[in-house]
Amino acid sequence: MQWLWENRDLVGGLLLQHVALSVPPIIASLLVCIPLGRLANRFRLTRGLILGFFGLLFTIPSLALFVTLPAILGTKILDPINVEVALTIYAAAIMVRGAADAYASVSREVLQSAKAVGYSSGSRFWKVELPLAGPVLLANLRVVSVTTVSLLSVGALVANGGLGYLFTNGYQRAFPTEIVIGIVLTLLIALIFDQILVAIGRLLMPWEKATRSPSTSLQRVEVG
Amino acid sequence: MIEFITVSKLYPGGTLAVDEFSLVIPAHKTVVLVGSSGCGKTTLLRMINRMEAPTGGSIEIDGEDISKTNPVSLRRRIGYVMQNSGLLPHRKVVDNIATVPLLEGMNRSRARVLALELMETVGLEANLADRYPSQLSGGQQQRVGVARGLATDPNILLMDEPFGAVDPIVRSDLQLELLRLQRELGKTVVFVTHDIDEAFLLGDEVVILEKGAQIAQKGSPEQILARPASEFVADFVGTRKGKRRLSLSSQPADKAGEFVVVDGTGRPAGVLELEPGELLGAASKARSVSDKTAQAGDA
Ligand SMILES: Nc1ncnc2c1ncn2[C@@H]1O[C@H](COP(=O)(O)OP(=O)(O)OP(=O)(O)O)[C@@H](O)[C@H]1O
Ligand SMILES: [Mg+2]
Repeated sequence: MQWLWENRDLVGGLLLQHVALSVPPIIASLLVCIPLGRLANRFRLTRGLILGFFGLLFTIPSLALFVTLPAILGTKILDPINVEVALTIYAAAIMVRGAADAYASVSREVLQSAKAVGYSSGSRFWKVELPLAGPVLLANLRVVSVTTVSLLSVGALVANGGLGYLFTNGYQRAFPTEIVIGIVLTLLIALIFDQILVAIGRLLMPWEKATRSPSTSLQRVEVG
Repeated sequence: MIEFITVSKLYPGGTLAVDEFSLVIPAHKTVVLVGSSGCGKTTLLRMINRMEAPTGGSIEIDGEDISKTNPVSLRRRIGYVMQNSGLLPHRKVVDNIATVPLLEGMNRSRARVLALELMETVGLEANLADRYPSQLSGGQQQRVGVARGLATDPNILLMDEPFGAVDPIVRSDLQLELLRLQRELGKTVVFVTHDIDEAFLLGDEVVILEKGAQIAQKGSPEQILARPASEFVADFVGTRKGKRRLSLSSQPADKAGEFVVVDGTGRPAGVLELEPGELLGAASKARSVSDKTAQAGDA
């Protein structure tokens, strides 16, 4: 505790950095998967291609990805962009299947009836299909959020930034307190992100609370 | 007026759901398409709002070939009520009812006023306005579906077994409500059902269909009852052996001039009241009694 107090500026800075670095991949994966999931759910062929491709990406060892990305992207070795891109790839790899499932969870009957009363295909996507896919999308996004927050710690091996520094530094100095603090704070961020996502979900999908049904809970999530 | 001109529908799977169907549906009347499952009723209905495209023939609304219209605007000016209400689960009742006006850019407060008016029209309590569809009973959902169908004040209302999924008591409520509405509104209603009692109750004209949407008979309920065109029709409406084949029971009623009537299965169907010397008119009267007892029997 005393160590924490003495190093509060360092830890506070790392904490903020961790937050700042984990948000973009989470949002980027959602933005990428909203159209990709839709496409994957549309045709059998695109489903195979998209899910297969992202499944493949997911099997790349993270460290290998971290160190090869600079070469591919032409960035500096320690540039945080590398970590951001790598995390976005992992997040999207997890998210894309969930997104496809999310669209599959939307009742075809409802979509048909929306069309029958006069939705154009564009407005039907934005006002009917996407909102109704929302609950399953959110459930998957929660998994992505937790994963990204914890995976970011690995990034400390190859770039500056984030609570991962406490792990590497604590390990080098054989100082377990520092590692434990790193773990606790990482968990804390993951938990707070999760609560924020749940709150956003309540706000955007008020019908869910009113009509809670089992098909939209976390049980639909399959990772990988 | 809606006109089917030798319309056919061959589904990609190879099912000929509709085979050269021709029919004129007059304006401001209720036409009921009735027939057993799979005979093509839904397909006929869905071709009117271009949810399905005919593979042969054409459909005209007020003389205009609908295949030349914009499908989205066509659907917006035709009310469509489905069996399982087809409501949007993520929209409140008011927003569901005002779906099309909102799509057309009506502002929310006006849409709400309109929706509340329509709720009253279809007999829904105003306090249901802010519920979601899953918080309503099946009968209430159907009323919301009807209100949504009326929201743009369309000339045409398509109804595909709208009362098929509710219990008999609620169904007969909804049927009577629809009759009342139709007296006030005078829409061109195309109503699909496989329940012949419902068809006779609601239809100004009833079209009995066989497989492939072949017309077995069309006419007013009276005409069909009086002169079934074939054994198929007689069986379907129940005048051959069913509950519409009425005869006088040997059992005399207590009051003079009254007779117990039994149906084709021997079950008592009601009481027939005769003035002395009215015996000749009895046949027609018995038929109208049967209509009402059939209703009561359902409830
Ligand atoms: N989208 C489709 N693709 C292929 N075949 C279809 C499709 N829709 C309907 N059919 C077939 O066309 C025929 C007529 O179907 P339709 O839904 O019009 O019948 P229906 O009279 O409405 O029956 P029900 O009373 O059961 O609703 C059936 O044999 C059905 O299997
Ligand atoms: Mg049908």
